[in-house]
Order: sequence, then structure tokens, then C-alpha cells
Amino acid sequence: MIELEHVSKVYRTGDIALRALDDVSLRIDDGDLVAIMGPSGSGKSTMMNILGCLDVPSSGVYRLDGTDVGGLSDNRLADIRNRKIGFVFQSFNLLPRTSAIRNVELPMVYAGTKDRRTRARRALARVGLAERANHQPNELSGGQQQRVAVARALVTDPTMILADEPTGNLDTASTVDVMNLFVELNEAGRTIVLITHEPEVAEFASRVVTLRDGHIVGDERR
Amino acid sequence: MNLAEAARIAARGLRTNKLRSVLTMLGIIIGVAAVIVLVAFGNGLQRFVADAFGPLANQIQITKTQGAISGNRAARDLTDADVDALSDRSRAPAIGSVTPSVNGSALLQVVGDGQYRSSILGTQADYLDVANRELVVGSFFDDQQARNKAKVVVLGPNPVATLFGGQAGEALGKDVRVGRTTFRVIGVLKGNGQQDDVAVMPLGAARSYLLGGGDVVDSITVRAASTDVVPQAVQQASAILDQRHQIRDPGERDFTVTALQSLLDQSSQVLSFVTIFVAAVAGISLIVGSIGVANIMLVTVTERTREIGIRKAIGARRRAILQQFLIESMILTGVGGVLGILLGIGLSVTAGIVLPQLVTDFPAPSVSVGSVVLAFTVSLLIGLVAGGYPANRAARMRPIDALRHQ
Repeated sequence: MIELEHVSKVYRTGDIALRALDDVSLRIDDGDLVAIMGPSGSGKSTMMNILGCLDVPSSGVYRLDGTDVGGLSDNRLADIRNRKIGFVFQSFNLLPRTSAIRNVELPMVYAGTKDRRTRARRALARVGLAERANHQPNELSGGQQQRVAVARALVTDPTMILADEPTGNLDTASTVDVMNLFVELNEAGRTIVLITHEPEVAEFASRVVTLRDGHIVGDERR
Repeated sequence: MNLAEAARIAARGLRTNKLRSVLTMLGIIIGVAAVIVLVAFGNGLQRFVADAFGPLANQIQITKTQGAISGNRAARDLTDADVDALSDRSRAPAIGSVTPSVNGSALLQVVGDGQYRSSILGTQADYLDVANRELVVGSFFDDQQARNKAKVVVLGPNPVATLFGGQAGEALGKDVRVGRTTFRVIGVLKGNGQQDDVAVMPLGAARSYLLGGGDVVDSITVRAASTDVVPQAVQQASAILDQRHQIRDPGERDFTVTALQSLLDQSSQVLSFVTIFVAAVAGISLIVGSIGVANIMLVTVTERTREIGIRKAIGARRRAILQQFLIESMILTGVGGVLGILLGIGLSVTAGIVLPQLVTDFPAPSVSVGSVVLAFTVSLLIGLVAGGYPANRAARMRPIDALRHQ
């Protein structure tokens, strides 16, 4: 379960204070597929950074699986990202010159997990890329790279998969491909949060939260 | 994450940039090899000096002080009585042997074969041992010949070169006129580059037939019973001569007692200073190499900012990133150090085989274990220091900023 309570995030540059998130409260249940929408500058990226424990709120409380993330040290935040969050980025963010299977193994390397190879293979098979395990990212299409990234995100069995514009760099066919994968994973019980500005992508979600100027202006279930 | 894992990641990072890694290592390789080779040359030189002069280490030279001495007295000559006193085992237990000698010069002539002016050394039968010399042919005079003032002479290489065309065998058994007396050549000395212009004969013969001088001796070579008791031998010799020459204040001595050991110690100390100095100069290239490592590590960290961001987003702790880059730089310098050590040893051994063939008596370099251990330790330390700042910078990056980096 993911809970934001009266979360604000203020960026200061010199004398100017920018309120990127303003008193936002949100609760996402386990097993949901939520799209967070909004135009650029609406606070989407800030939301993503906070949900992903890459940044901490200026005020308010963020609880992930009951843990208050607010006062945690760098190391504890790293551990939470490692165990509870699976990231999927717009630009894939796979390690270059590193095979797909090694990329998928990476989070388990930092977690110190055993039988990494087997688990990584299973995750790659789950996204339909079992036979591409030894390909390097530059030998894969954009859609395939993003599926490797999804495999990397789900291999640690996280509380939430957090996808930031996951289809932003993909053509229509690959977009549908990757979105269907998310839907499948969600049907198998995964909690998925999508950050996007594309309505076609939000179509796949069961709940759409709309942000504007740092406030939640819409929250509908479909 | 454990260290082995970090090492594997670091090794993979280096392999993706092979040429760069090798070039960076080259700086360390050359620096380490230079230190090892130069220290080896210095050691070789020290060993050469020790081998050449080591046998002289228990020698003590006693000579009359030249010129005025304090107290306004004329310096007394060293005499046979001094030699006898020094030879008294009960008074000087640390002294093993005493060899007096007299010096002069005389004209050597071979009938029909020209002449040569040579220095004359009158001494005892143990001269070869004392002076650490060898004969090319023939034999040295024995104790009985020395006592009997036998008219025999052992020639150095220079007179042999002039009088016998350098043929040592030719000289053996020939009669040579030394001054106005005829001596028989019974041996020829091997050259030592220092005292080759010499004709050696029994002390008594030199006095009786050539130099005169009554009971005066020019120098006394005392050998300590062993190299360990040289200081005691010096002290005992000085005490005996003080008493005989009635000297109460050591500042007024009219004789000089010099232990060759102290000269040897000084020269080997000078050589070790030279070795250290030369190694320090080579060490500068090691410093340059380590700056190269620091530079490349900074470039690597900047280039791989995005990778660092990905690793951190996925859950790498600061420590894991720090380890990754520190190990990368320590592999660079550690492997560079090992290769440099191998290269240094290879060059030293090769030089030891080749150079003595080109230059006679060239001291073969000798690699010291200490320099190898030191070089390896220093290269690992360089890796730690040169990689420290870049690795720390990588570890402190904020994942959001690092991910945004293009």
C-alpha cells in the first residue's frame, strides 16, 4: 500500500521558491494499475521522484508498505529502492555493453540475492525475451529494450513497479506491446504506477490521477 | 554486495575501455620498472664494491703523520720496535697480524732489454693476503726468504710490460738489476689498477740493498683478528703506539690509524645515498603515472554518470559505488605494478647478461626484494589515493541528477 499525506515539495533557487507539489494526498491500493497524468510542469516528475524514493518530500508523509520514508538515510533509501520499487524509465536506462541477463541481474547484485541467474532467466522469459538473454542493449529494438527494463523491474518482486513515460521513446506497435505487458503483470497482482502525458497510454490504466500545477485535479476509476 | 562482486563489476568496467586502461597502466608500468631497474643497478654497484674491498674490511693502516703536529714536536718514525710491540698478542689480542712495509723507488734494468723506473715495496711474506692480490705466474717469497733478505723480486704488470713486452712467463726466472743489485724475478702480480707500477721484495732486502733507513718502516698494515673486532684492534694499536711515542693527548698523535672498514662504510653509505637519489628520480615518473590514473578515473566517472545514476536508482549504496571505482583504479595500478615489476626484473636480468659482455667488469644489477615489495605496495597505494577523489565523487552523486545526465 502506498500513501501520500499532505505531501508538498518546494524547490528553491535563490529567492524564488517553486512549489512543485502542493499538499497532495493520495492512496494507492495493492494490485492497482494507476496512471498519473498531467501536462509538463504539473508536478509529474516530482511525484515520480518522491514515489520512487529518489527524493524526499519537503513536508508531509510518504508511507510505502507502512514504512515512513521521510526521515531515512541515503543507504536506507537505496535499500527501499532496491527491494520495494522496480523502475522503468522513458530512456530504458539499461547499462550499455552489458547483456540483457546481466542487466536484469543488477538489482539482485546489490541485494546480495542467491540464484540470480535462474531468477533473471525467469524474469526475461516472463517478458518474452528468453532467447535474447545474451544480447546487448544496442542489439535490441526499443520495445525489446523496454521489456528488458520491465524484467529488471520485476525481478526483485517489488511492492510497486514505477514507470516514468515508459512508452515515450517507442513506436505505436511497441507501445501497445509494452502496455499489454503491464496489463498482464497487473492482472497477475502487481501494483503498477504509470507516469505519462499520453491519453492513449492512460487508457490501459484502471485509475487515472490528473495533476495540474502541483495539485490533484482529477481522480477517476474506469 | 561483497568485494568479489565489486571487483567483477570493476574488471568489466576496465575491459570495456581496453586501450585506455592499458595506456593508463603503462604510466605505472614504466614508473615501477624504472624504480626497480635503477635500484638494481645501485645494488649491483654496492655489491661490486663490497666484493672488491670486502676482504680488506679487517685492515687497519698505520702511517706516520706528515708535516707538523700539534705540540711543536717532530713526528717520530714508526720503527721495527713499534711493529714488535703491535705483534705482542698479550697486549693486543684483537690484532691478528702485523705487516710492516717500506717504500721507495729505483731503476730496474734488464741487460739488453731497456730500463724502467719503478716504485719499490719492501714487505713480508703475507703481502698477497694483506693486499688482497694474486699472482699471474710464479710464487711469492716465503718467510725464510724474507728473513734471509733474499734477493728476489715480484714484479707488477707495468715493469713487466716495459721490460719483457708484457710476457709474464718471459720474466719468470730472469735476473733484473734493481739499483745496483741483481734480483731474480720469482713471480708476476696480477694488475689491480691501483698499484701496478711496483716491484715487491723482502723488507730486509729493500733496506739493505736499496733504501737504507735502519729500523724505520713507512707503513704498518694491521689486520684485526676478525671484522667484528676492528674497533678494538684500532683502540689497542693506538694505545700501544701512544705509550711508545709518549703521547697523552690523542690530538697530539704523530701517527695515523685508519680502519679501511670505516672507509668502506663511508663509500657504501655514499653509494646507498646515490641509489636512493636515483630511485627518487625514477619515483617522479611513478608520480606522473599516478596523476594519469587520477585523471582517467575522473574522466571515467564523468563519462559514466548515467550508469552511476542507474545503479543508484536500482539500489546501489554509496559504499558499493565507492568500492566499484576504487577497485577499478586499484586494478589499474596493481596490475600495472605487477607488470612493471616483471618488466623491471626482466630488464635488470638482461642488463646483467649483456652489459658485462660489452664493458669488462661491469657490475651486474641485482634486484632487491625490498624494492619489489615497496614498488607493489606503492602502486596499490597510488590506486587508492588517485582513485579516492573520483570514486568519492561518484558515490556522492544524487541519483536524480545522475540519471538526467546526458
